[in-house]
Amino acid sequence: MNKQEFRCGLKDGAPIAAGYLSVSFSFGIMVLGGGLSIFQGALMSLTNMTSAGQFAGLQVIIAGGTLLEMAVTQFIINLRYALMSLSLSQKLSDAVTFRERLVIAFANTDEIFAVAVGRGKSLTFSYMLGLQLLPVLGWTSGTVLGAAASGLMPPALGSALNVALYGMFIAVVAPNARKSRAVLFAAALAAAISCMIYYVPALSGISSGTAIILSTVAASAAAAFLFPVREEGETEA
Amino acid sequence: MIYLYILVMAAVTYLIRAVPLTVFQKKIENRYIRSFLYYVPYTCLTAMTVPGIFYATRSPVSAAAGALAAAGLAFRGKGLVTVAAGACAAVFVAERILI
Repeated sequence: MNKQEFRCGLKDGAPIAAGYLSVSFSFGIMVLGGGLSIFQGALMSLTNMTSAGQFAGLQVIIAGGTLLEMAVTQFIINLRYALMSLSLSQKLSDAVTFRERLVIAFANTDEIFAVAVGRGKSLTFSYMLGLQLLPVLGWTSGTVLGAAASGLMPPALGSALNVALYGMFIAVVAPNARKSRAVLFAAALAAAISCMIYYVPALSGISSGTAIILSTVAASAAAAFLFPVREEGETEA
Repeated sequence: MIYLYILVMAAVTYLIRAVPLTVFQKKIENRYIRSFLYYVPYTCLTAMTVPGIFYATRSPVSAAAGALAAAGLAFRGKGLVTVAAGACAAVFVAERILI
């Protein structure tokens, strides 16, 4: 364990932890709104470390979906982490052991991945541990705080805070949709399919988890076919 | 039952992260698969937001106000927390007027 590397990681992880605290606060509100306990919400956040996956998972739980539906939803939505883990594995120092890799894998989130690969030198286990520690604590404690606060809030405030997580989803998609016609196309198609499943009476039997899977797979496949990506993040559109 | 759901979620998510970091360490060469995975975050976040956001508040009208505020701020390149706070504020103000 290298103390200096660990401290370096802690420092880089602190801003991520602050961001996670506010995002998971709104997730905590939704957890309680969905009929789960504070402890269940905290456990979900601690063991999953993923906003989109947990949000979709919560929808499946609320709708009473099957465990298979849960597994497939998580698989599709979180599949992008496989790509990040692959990429991260190339950046790790040769000294990182198999067991240490199993620990690092646990909280390889979008933001932690981005900071880690942006560091530019080969990554040590001490650094990765420091980098992940505060975000994990921030993500879990934010969920607890949000769930605890939601019981105390007046309904008008609760109603307003319900859109916080959706707002963050929009904040991720919109700037990229503006930059790339291909992303705009993919997002618009996903919205159209999702609405079709929701509003067309013949399709109303499709559960919300399955609707997310179908919209995600169909729109991503169409966009990949029409606008294949050249290198990381670059499209032909 | 809820703990079983959480267990499945955690196990699937962990395996997706751990297997490529330990067992397979080859780059994905197939361009179509890489492209598909590139679009997944955008499509899944959008599918979860639309039409879900319109039923998240006490009225679809106030929710629409929140969605518009979020889209406007996000297009201007504002950060996550600013966009989310703007959406909440728009809903709060809209419900003040409506309800």
